Amino acid sequence: MVQPIPVPEDSINATPALDVQGLSVEFPTRRGVLTAIDDVSMQIAPGEILGVVGESGAGKSITGLAVLGLLEHPGRIAQGAIHVGGRRVDTLSEAELTKVRGREMGAIFQDPLTALNPLFTVGKQLVETIRLHTPLSKAQAEERALELLRSVGIPAPEERLRQYPHQFSGGMRQRVVIALALAAGPRLIIADEPTTALDVSIQAQITALLRKLCDETGVGIMLVTHDMGVIAETADRVCVMYSGRVVESGPVSDVIHNPQHPYTKGLMAAIPSLHDRVEVLSQIDGSMPRLNARPSGCAFHPRCPYAGAKCAAQKPPLQQVGSTRAACWLQQGGTE
Amino acid sequence: MNVVLEDTAPALSVSHVSKVFDVSAPWLNRVIERRPKLYVEAVSDISFTVEKGTCFSIVGESGCGKSTVARLVTGLYATTNGDIRFGTGAKGRPIKVQMIFQDPHSSLNPRWRVGDIIAEPIREMKLRDTEKETLDRVRELLETVGLGADDALKYPHEFSGGQRQRISIARALASEPELLVCDEPTSALDVSVQAQILNLMRRLQDELGLTYLFISHDLSVVRHMSNHIAVMYLGRIVEQAPVEELFTNPQHPYSKLLLATIPDIENPKRRVEAQAGEPPSPLNPPSGCAFHPRCPVALSKCSQSAPDLCPVSPEGKVACFVAQAAETADPVPVAL
Ligand SMILES: Nc1ncnc2c1ncn2[C@@H]1O[C@H](COP(=O)(O)OP(=O)(O)OP(=O)(O)O)[C@@H](O)[C@H]1O
Ligand SMILES: Nc1ncnc2c1ncn2[C@@H]1O[C@H](COP(=O)(O)OP(=O)(O)O)[C@@H](O)[C@H]1O
Ligand code: SF4
Ligand code: SF4
Ligand SMILES: [Mg+2]
Ligand SMILES: [Mg+2]
Repeated sequence: MVQPIPVPEDSINATPALDVQGLSVEFPTRRGVLTAIDDVSMQIAPGEILGVVGESGAGKSITGLAVLGLLEHPGRIAQGAIHVGGRRVDTLSEAELTKVRGREMGAIFQDPLTALNPLFTVGKQLVETIRLHTPLSKAQAEERALELLRSVGIPAPEERLRQYPHQFSGGMRQRVVIALALAAGPRLIIADEPTTALDVSIQAQITALLRKLCDETGVGIMLVTHDMGVIAETADRVCVMYSGRVVESGPVSDVIHNPQHPYTKGLMAAIPSLHDRVEVLSQIDGSMPRLNARPSGCAFHPRCPYAGAKCAAQKPPLQQVGSTRAACWLQQGGTE
Repeated sequence: MNVVLEDTAPALSVSHVSKVFDVSAPWLNRVIERRPKLYVEAVSDISFTVEKGTCFSIVGESGCGKSTVARLVTGLYATTNGDIRFGTGAKGRPIKVQMIFQDPHSSLNPRWRVGDIIAEPIREMKLRDTEKETLDRVRELLETVGLGADDALKYPHEFSGGQRQRISIARALASEPELLVCDEPTSALDVSVQAQILNLMRRLQDELGLTYLFISHDLSVVRHMSNHIAVMYLGRIVEQAPVEELFTNPQHPYSKLLLATIPDIENPKRRVEAQAGEPPSPLNPPSGCAFHPRCPVALSKCSQSAPDLCPVSPEGKVACFVAQAAETADPVPVAL
């Protein structure tokens, strides 16, 4: 097991790994400002996996990139505050952010090759990352690199340290990226579709690994995916995003088995079952609106079977409904 | 009577088909670097039949040869060995085949109007006598797949992913095929849109009496769509069975692994221990049964000889020494 690198003695458990409040992200374009993320809030406790799920374009990746401070120009944070391990990060300078990013936050993306340098051995990349962000000596860093490879389940790590990324299979490369993300003992890992490019049997290995690391090191993980099955098997809580907003959030099993928001209900019903066969799948007609054509009020209203006059006029806030939080007028006094 | 016999014949019979690709380095490099020629047997000695009006699915992990089978059946590749026969379709002619691809973005010409994209096969094959009849047919096809007649004048980029897949389906239907080969038709789509396309495909099957050869890595989709399933591993069919039988009582250790690792929303496994190894390289397949390095029940002979695909139930076949031995110990009647 990898020892967590000691963090200052402030009570780790009380400070969330991630706290996002009222985040909005805009992309100014020639035809006006597009709001990709609109008033999103979420928290991740240490040792917790928060799933962020939604259709493509819902704003999952942009949320993750905003937290990492990696929004592409001209994207910008228009509103809100982001704290990682109790420290505000959205107001930091680029130089400060670069430090915090490696030390406090790690990132895992869909394609492991983009995160690895093809010209250096895996060992060299690990050791450099460790030394950049920790006071460890070269020998200690090498020891830790070995430990990290072992903990992410790479067989014969001594030999693997001397190999180049192209000598690893897709699943093994993703393990190396996870080891890199863990290198400095971060409090938060943003994992954006980390298993989407992998085969199912390998996908299961990687999600099992994320769970194990979370339990062992207390790192908080934001697991971004469009696959509800991966969320069900990996996350503790889940945020469902639709058109730039969180429409429902709560403990995984409650959101899956007892969803409150009409979009979540539709989404869950549209997934073919592994156990029962139905003649016709339930479907949500239409598709998610583009950013430049986001409907007024509740953005789901043109597709929603329960929509009333109020839905087109006013945005519903996210409020506690039973065991989950949902942004829907139905449970907040009606849709008329 | 001859005709009756042919009518009940399968829509598609694939027997002992293999496909070998030459993946050698260019001639000059081979000479200079003294490297041998390199071959990949992407599909090796596979046989199956697809009955009219049914859906036969092929599942397996990336690189196991699914798309190669699809391309062999549609004639995009020539077989290295074996043969592929089609049953008799309308007007006593061999069944016509069309293919639907995974990516609706790249399979539609961006510079053509949707109407012309769909009309092309009609014009090419002179399926209608006049331009007016052709346009009527295009309109009818657009409506069949749930689009509007006025969509004929638009360009592909004006549509969402799901709508583009509807356009691909309309174009595939334009040549009046009886067998549709669908290679991951919904893998690029979001779940709520996937449900729309799967429902459309099922409805078309009922209305037009279509036969499907369906390829997917998503077992829940396959379960929803198919009558029969073949599981491929490294170019071979390792198990083949009716859908219920395969899901409730998988025989091959690899089928069991696939079913055990696929994320299950209804019964999430939330595992922290990883499972069984990685798929081997097709360039250098293991000896004997190709699954033996990952197989939890492998015998010593498994690394020496490869098991044949043999019947183990009235409609089920499996290529595994252990599963076959279990069946002979407890014999079941085998249909001829
Ligand atoms: N045109 C080609 N030339 C050389 N090798 C090929 C060619 N097409 C496929 N192969 C090889 O044949 C094997 C089977 O490939 P295929 O595309 O059929 O896999 P698949 O099961 O469809 O995988 P996926 O799930 O990733 O689509 C792979 O090893 C692949 O690299
Ligand atoms: N550089 C950009 N310029 C303009 N819009 C963007 C840019 N990057 C992303 N978007 C838009 O922001 C929205 C959310 O994107 P993203 O977070 O990538 O979605 P996903 O949920 O699929 O990860 C999408 O509508 C996308 O088109
Ligand atoms: S607010 Fe209205 S439109 Fe939106 S999900 Fe609820 S009922 Fe439907
Ligand atoms: S033949 Fe042997 S190695 Fe192959 S699946 Fe069966 S038991 Fe396992
Ligand atoms: Mg994304
Ligand atoms: Mg393929």
